[in-house]
Amino acid sequence: MLKVKNLHSYYGGIHALKSVSLELSQGEIVTLIGANGAGKSTTLMSICGIVPPRYGEIFFMGQPIHHMSPDKIFALGIVQVPEGRRIFADLTVTENLDMGAYLRNDKAGIRKDMEYIFNLFPRLAERRRQLGGTLSGGEQQMLAISRGLMSRPKLLLLDEPSLGLAPVLVQLIFETIQKINQENKTTIFLVEQNANMSLRIAHRGYVMESGVIALEDTAANLLKSEKVKAAYLGL
Amino acid sequence: MDYFLELFFGGLTRGSIYALIALGYTMVYGIIQLINFAHGEIYMIGAFTALVVASALSLLGMNGLSLLMLSGVIAMIYSAAYGFTMEKIAYKPLRDAQRLSPLISAIGMSIFLQNYVLLAQTSDFVSFPALIEEFPFMESVTIMRSSELVIVVTTAVATTLLTLFIKFTRMGKAMRAVAQDKTMAMLLGVNVNRVISATFIIGSALAAVGGVLISSHIGQINFYIGFIAGIKAFTAAVLGGIGSIPGAVIGGLVLGWTESFATGYVSSDYEDVFAFGLLVFILIFRPAGILGKTTSEKV
Ligand SMILES: Nc1ncnc2c1ncn2[C@@H]1O[C@H](COP(=O)(O)OP(=O)(O)O)[C@@H](O)[C@H]1O
Ligand SMILES: [Mg+2]
Repeated sequence: MLKVKNLHSYYGGIHALKSVSLELSQGEIVTLIGANGAGKSTTLMSICGIVPPRYGEIFFMGQPIHHMSPDKIFALGIVQVPEGRRIFADLTVTENLDMGAYLRNDKAGIRKDMEYIFNLFPRLAERRRQLGGTLSGGEQQMLAISRGLMSRPKLLLLDEPSLGLAPVLVQLIFETIQKINQENKTTIFLVEQNANMSLRIAHRGYVMESGVIALEDTAANLLKSEKVKAAYLGL
Repeated sequence: MDYFLELFFGGLTRGSIYALIALGYTMVYGIIQLINFAHGEIYMIGAFTALVVASALSLLGMNGLSLLMLSGVIAMIYSAAYGFTMEKIAYKPLRDAQRLSPLISAIGMSIFLQNYVLLAQTSDFVSFPALIEEFPFMESVTIMRSSELVIVVTTAVATTLLTLFIKFTRMGKAMRAVAQDKTMAMLLGVNVNRVISATFIIGSALAAVGGVLISSHIGQINFYIGFIAGIKAFTAAVLGGIGSIPGAVIGGLVLGWTESFATGYVSSDYEDVFAFGLLVFILIFRPAGILGKTTSEKV
């Protein structure tokens, strides 16, 4: 479904991604783990066209997207829930969700999806008229994921959704990610520093170090790998 | 008391015009953090367009409110086209440049447009027809002219429509989203270029409305009116809190009243002293303006 080939991305002179290649199949949860500054967020921003790659190719369902603008890439069905959630603070919860459905015209479908989301996260339903900026960190993460879902994505990119959340909420977020994958057959690319949790729900995983893919395997094998255990699982 | 009311309505009229122009400054600033110094020129171009159209149409025998409407609408379209083009050629190429570059480009644009109209028209004041005749029901009213009434009502309607647009339409929500976090808006499929263009188009059309109305009220225009009105409206936008739409309206009205009362009770020589004195005063005690956010909560 998504194929990234020998991707090189830069911030001015900083060479952030060095020949990154990866692949996701329809219906999978694939995780990308790695230390702070490894290049995980840059990978997602390059896929979405915000940090266009200097070299390399990205194909989505067979179509080259590495020269497309972010809004065109989004329109194909790729949505990112970025690091730090980036909720529109001065928009209400409902308006934030409306922004997720920005390109949709099917009013009835939008209403139905909003109901689905309010079922998924009843906390958001209670706060629907509140401004995004007044929500707690956990609620903002729920809203960020929900806003992404409002576009009915084919591919959902999640950047560190558990960052800064209390353990109960981390549990809830990971369960929800699994549920979204199972109920809607949404393909999920999950970037995480919480390697333990993400490898438990993922089918496959990639390990990134200093802008390079250092390892790739099934999630089960990575959980057992001595190298991963030592570096990312704190065992 | 009548004198006071006269000054009050005079200030309200003036303030309405400032508000119409200030809306364009504040919307553009909210979206791309640019002080569009050439915005006053868009207002001036609106006035000249209406003058040309109204002169032509009155030769065909059109008059009164329909003449005002038609020349106003054409002025709005013309000014909007100027605003749209100006953004594309003077600001868009500099979007990723240092902050100072688009500002300098804006000043250049302002000087260019003034001189363009100076050469295409004339350096003298030209008289502008009174498109708003006295309404019969206003005959016994001494404290306010009909044209003042039209200006105030039009401003109220335009501001209300703009507020509803920003609050409820898809483009309005996208404008607010882009103002808060451009990258996130892009990640949700918003074409930021389109949103920026829409902002310039709306701001320019509002400025044209102000230009047509006040020219008809005052009765003469020249190539320089945009510069002075632009500086005043910019002051109003900063006074109200730049980036805030209600702030632009309140800033405009406060400035209009200050000038009107200063002129009426002190001397017209002190009009500007009071206007800018007020600005300094507000900025000392509320640096972000009357309705501006005191703490920056940019993501
Ligand atoms: N906006 C930026 N400008 C310059 N350098 C950046 C920027 N964003 C990230 N980097 C650099 O790129 C590298 C990869 O960063 P990032 O993709 O954010 O890593 P991760 O998400 O894995 O923590 C880091 O060295 C970081 O300092
Ligand atoms: Mg990151």
